[in-house]
Amino acid sequence: MLNMNHVTVTYNDRPTLIDFDLHMKQGEIVSLVGESGSGKTTAIRALFGLLPHEGYVSDGDILFEGESLLSKSEDEMARLRGSRISMIFQDSGAMINPIRRIGAQFVEYIRKHEKISKKEAYRKGVAMLEAMRLPDGDNIMRSYGFQLSGGMRQRVGIAMAMTFRPDLLLADEPTSALDVTTQAQIVRQMMDLNKKTGTSIIIVTHNLGVAAYMSDRILVMQNGRIVEQGDREQILKHPQQEYTQKLLAAIPTMEGEAYV
Amino acid sequence: MSENEKRIVLEAREVTRIFPASNNRQLVANDKVSLTLHAGETLGIVGESGCGKSTFVRMLAQLDKPTSGEIHIFGDDISGLKGSAKRKSRRHVQMVFQDPADSFSPKMKVKDILCEPLMNYGLIKPKEKQTIAEYLLSQVELPTDFADRYTHSMSGGQRQRIAIARALALEPEILICDEATSALDVSVQKSIVDLLLSIQKKKEIAIVLICHDVALTRSMAHTAAVMYLGNVVEVVPGKQLGHGMCHPYTEALRGAIFSIDMDFSKPIESIESETPSPLDVPQGCPFAGRCDKCMDVCRITKPFLREVEPGHQIACHLYNKTN
Ligand SMILES: Nc1ncnc2c1ncn2[C@@H]1O[C@H](COP(=O)(O)OP(=O)(O)OP(=O)(O)O)[C@@H](O)[C@H]1O
Ligand SMILES: Nc1ncnc2c1ncn2[C@@H]1O[C@H](COP(=O)(O)OP(=O)(O)O)[C@@H](O)[C@H]1O
Ligand code: SF4
Ligand SMILES: [Mg+2]
Ligand SMILES: [Mg+2]
Repeated sequence: MLNMNHVTVTYNDRPTLIDFDLHMKQGEIVSLVGESGSGKTTAIRALFGLLPHEGYVSDGDILFEGESLLSKSEDEMARLRGSRISMIFQDSGAMINPIRRIGAQFVEYIRKHEKISKKEAYRKGVAMLEAMRLPDGDNIMRSYGFQLSGGMRQRVGIAMAMTFRPDLLLADEPTSALDVTTQAQIVRQMMDLNKKTGTSIIIVTHNLGVAAYMSDRILVMQNGRIVEQGDREQILKHPQQEYTQKLLAAIPTMEGEAYV
Repeated sequence: MSENEKRIVLEAREVTRIFPASNNRQLVANDKVSLTLHAGETLGIVGESGCGKSTFVRMLAQLDKPTSGEIHIFGDDISGLKGSAKRKSRRHVQMVFQDPADSFSPKMKVKDILCEPLMNYGLIKPKEKQTIAEYLLSQVELPTDFADRYTHSMSGGQRQRIAIARALALEPEILICDEATSALDVSVQKSIVDLLLSIQKKKEIAIVLICHDVALTRSMAHTAAVMYLGNVVEVVPGKQLGHGMCHPYTEALRGAIFSIDMDFSKPIESIESETPSPLDVPQGCPFAGRCDKCMDVCRITKPFLREVEPGHQIACHLYNKTN
């Protein structure tokens, strides 16, 4: 379904993501973990066609259902985005405008991809919010972005991204801003979507527990490169690379040492 | 002073914050929150998103005011402070936000962002900026050439470290970290934690740590408070977070933790039902609708925090022997 062939992304003449090679089947869940600044966000932004203007794919190709995304026009990409490929951002503020009402933004988003009335779109929005277990969907639709807590904004963003049951869901640290109970609900929601509709998922996370729980394959990144990949067993129990070992050792655990 | 009599630097007394909501309703974001912070110690706050953690710490940082209740910093009630006294007391309390992108101007270079608070208080001269900025960057393990970059061209984790470096620049006595490390990879997170701990030891700063990572909170906090729907439901010595805690909500929190040692063949537990809206907090115990130990009394009478053993307070009728 997805082939990212030896992709390199360059920002201002500096290669930042180097030789990124990822091949995915429909229904697969892959997670990207690793160093902050190693290019995880860059990799999925390249795939989503939303690199900042100083960045571009300088080498390699990205094929989605056999077609190169790099040769698509901006219009064609815009149509794919949000319907067949959806993204949940690391910082949901990027998606939700703080000074507009959630309802207006949600309705606009739905009507961009589906020809339905404002009323129907509004109802669909409320239903999605409630499916994401956000209480009182109606009040949320009438709230401004700034009135919602960080976690709630994020869950609204996730509800929007899941509206059209995309073939591929890109999630950049979707639960970093969320508490553990909400995180567990979102993880389950994403896995439900994966099971019911066969949506493939690429998730970037710093929580190795989440990565291990969700994914078929874990990619460990450092310095713009994939340094190690494997399934849960291989990465958690038999890490080969020093960096992976260091990462595992740094995870705080309930049984681990207390500093105070 | 003995260990358990450390100087109180901050005290919140029955702090309540109510926001107006649609249809003339009221949103009770904080309901009589009383917490104490000691010099050189860390108070960890955990709880569901939307439960009022950020609302609470924004008031501590004087970015917002309580609807009722008092906040005392070094003994002074800060709600009464104005002008230069307010400015002075603000300097003691620095905050690292959940979402640093919001608080940085895209037009400013990193060195200007880092030195802005120092310049505002007239503590450094413009020509010292470069040197100071490079020092602050090295404190959070970023390359010194970041001084001349803009934050929009940085990764989330790098931006977060800039925010921490800026907050530390003023050498505050109280540092509030609102999800300050959640965007960092665990190994950078560990280095920031080590940094915070060493600064805390050296300068006796008090830290309020809002963090969804319960294991991390446990490792850093001298005291941990669990919040639910605007209420503090349990306060425990940090080390007990996990094993020695007993509020039914705290237990539910614990069940939802992902870890690399978990049993992957079992589905993750989490409370199935939805969080009630903070617009209509149930009468009685705020957790009643989702609690599997709920009794009749829970739906009628609100349980208040009471001490069950030294340093351990809990708001639950199960632990209220008089009921
Ligand atoms: N617009 C840009 N211009 C120049 N450099 C950039 C730009 N955006 C990102 N970078 C740099 O590219 C590198 C990779 O950034 P990216 O956002 O992909 O990291 P990441 O792996 O997602 O990190 P994190 O875990 O902190 O979110 C970083 O060193 C960052 O500073
Ligand atoms: N400025 C505001 N206006 C109205 N409601 C707000 C405002 N700020 C926060 N709230 C509401 O107060 C509650 C607590 O929010 P917050 O303190 O941000 O939660 P947390 O930090 O625990 O996730 C939420 O229901 C949120 O929507
Ligand atoms: S007071 Fe009752 S409803 Fe509330 S947590 Fe305790 S047992 Fe559950
Ligand atoms: Mg990122
Ligand atoms: Mg918050």
